[in-house]
Amino acid sequence: MSETVPASTAAFSKSEMMIVAAARELAGQRVCFVGVGLPNIAVNLAKRTVAPDLELVYEAGVFGAEPARLPLSIGDPTIVTGSIAVVSMYELFSFYLQGGLVDVGFLGAAQIDRFGNINTTVIGDYAHPKTRLPGSGGACEIAINARQIFVIMRQSARSFVERIDFRTSPGNLGGAEKAERIRREQGWLGRGPSVVVTDLGIWHFDENGEMRLDSLHPGATLEEIRATIGWEPRIASSVAVTPAPSGEELRLIRQELDPGGTYTK
Amino acid sequence: MRDAIADLVRDGDTVAIEGFTHLISFAAGHEIIRQRKRDLTLARLTPDLIYDQMIAGGVARKLIFSWLGNPGVGGLGAIRRRIETGEPAPLEIEEYSHFGMVGRYTAGASNLPFFPLRSYFESDMPVANPLIREIESPYGNGKVFAVPPLKPDVTIVHAQRADAHGNTQVWGLLGCQKEAAFAADRVIVVVEELVDEAVIRADPNRTIIPGLIVDAVVVEPYGAHPSYVQGAYDRDNRFYLDWDAITRDEATTQAWLRDWVYDLDGRGAYLDKLGAERIAGLRPGSAPSGSVDYGDYR
Repeated sequence: MSETVPASTAAFSKSEMMIVAAARELAGQRVCFVGVGLPNIAVNLAKRTVAPDLELVYEAGVFGAEPARLPLSIGDPTIVTGSIAVVSMYELFSFYLQGGLVDVGFLGAAQIDRFGNINTTVIGDYAHPKTRLPGSGGACEIAINARQIFVIMRQSARSFVERIDFRTSPGNLGGAEKAERIRREQGWLGRGPSVVVTDLGIWHFDENGEMRLDSLHPGATLEEIRATIGWEPRIASSVAVTPAPSGEELRLIRQELDPGGTYTK
Repeated sequence: MRDAIADLVRDGDTVAIEGFTHLISFAAGHEIIRQRKRDLTLARLTPDLIYDQMIAGGVARKLIFSWLGNPGVGGLGAIRRRIETGEPAPLEIEEYSHFGMVGRYTAGASNLPFFPLRSYFESDMPVANPLIREIESPYGNGKVFAVPPLKPDVTIVHAQRADAHGNTQVWGLLGCQKEAAFAADRVIVVVEELVDEAVIRADPNRTIIPGLIVDAVVVEPYGAHPSYVQGAYDRDNRFYLDWDAITRDEATTQAWLRDWVYDLDGRGAYLDKLGAERIAGLRPGSAPSGSVDYGDYR
């Protein structure tokens, strides 16, 4: 256990650390396409901390949302009241997303591979699935048209897999070289996934387009990392320790963003 | 509502009840279940609880969609059972992304042969659904994907208000109701409030559907519950959470349909059963828009 990072883990939950780490990654970003659940909290936290000028875009057709409460669904009425613009979904996807105005698209995943390709469609065979998942929603076009993609998801051997069962949303395909060529040739606006934030650490993508662990959350271990991933992971030569959530970050999550603890228990 | 559904929704039709989280006509969906319509193709970006209930009610043979779930909560059990186990009967599916579905309605509404979009590259979705096709730009500047037009036989939308002609106004999330309505052969509008034509004409920017394309106007206050109507009532998130347990099991799903759909004769009885207190608890505070001056140009 020599790799254990000593820290007090009593003061915050793994989910809170994951949300805080994802929010910090948004520093300096301008326009973010928000997903339901964890991304929603992370993005709203970022707006209250590291990225006050962040414009929140919701696929339901809202630009510049200022939600007064944590939106409980992706089309919550609180994203409408006080927003900059309410537009049809046609305008949202055509002009805002496909038109190239979205800097960061936030995606979740049921399965992800080492190159950041994402499955949210089925576990098993498409025609006879073992588990039917929600499907793409807007994820496929977000993966292609948002300038970069952030992924936030809990790590487990079932979700971090060598081979995804269905590629809903393309990431770095089979590696950076091929992905860059295809994105360039086909005129994709996005450069693909840039960060995966989990409950254990922060992964960026190396020169081969493969996930590399750059930071371990306080209390997380490399043993845990390896036990919750389906391939031999690349680990940065000097892995950082993610700074623990500050008192203010925790206050915002607990008192303003998720007072019921729906997503953060 | 009974007459509108009886006259305008026919067995075998393609039906779209649109509304993205906002303004979902549960009242129309329940009436379709009650009238035991059969072999419908149900189209909708997010099937949501309403299509889970309708599919449990046995009205559909096929589902066209882009995101299948109970948003923020979990799954849709009745639909999942039919896809995963084929029980009690198989359900044909045709699957797109959100932008693909929006594009399909747009092509349908504008009488175009397809809608081009920059999505689906290197995704398995075109493999799963061969109706999503890669095409070459006629201008020699690359490839895009195409989706076919979707022209529902009937589109049903819920709205804040309409006049007796069906001139319909909405505020809050607009989803793709306008596209789905213009794409349809028949349109049913369900509203919280019937207003004079003068109210519509005083604020024409808010009109999303002209009466010209509307076949029936149904006045059904709270007809979108447990979804919501901006400014009138909030989403009943408690019901969305409750549905997660109800839908997990075929027997509890059918028991719910019996208690809340088959045994009731319409929306009035549904609201009585729900109770005034539950409904009052969904009333939001007030946040009126500023008004604008359109000018008088006589």
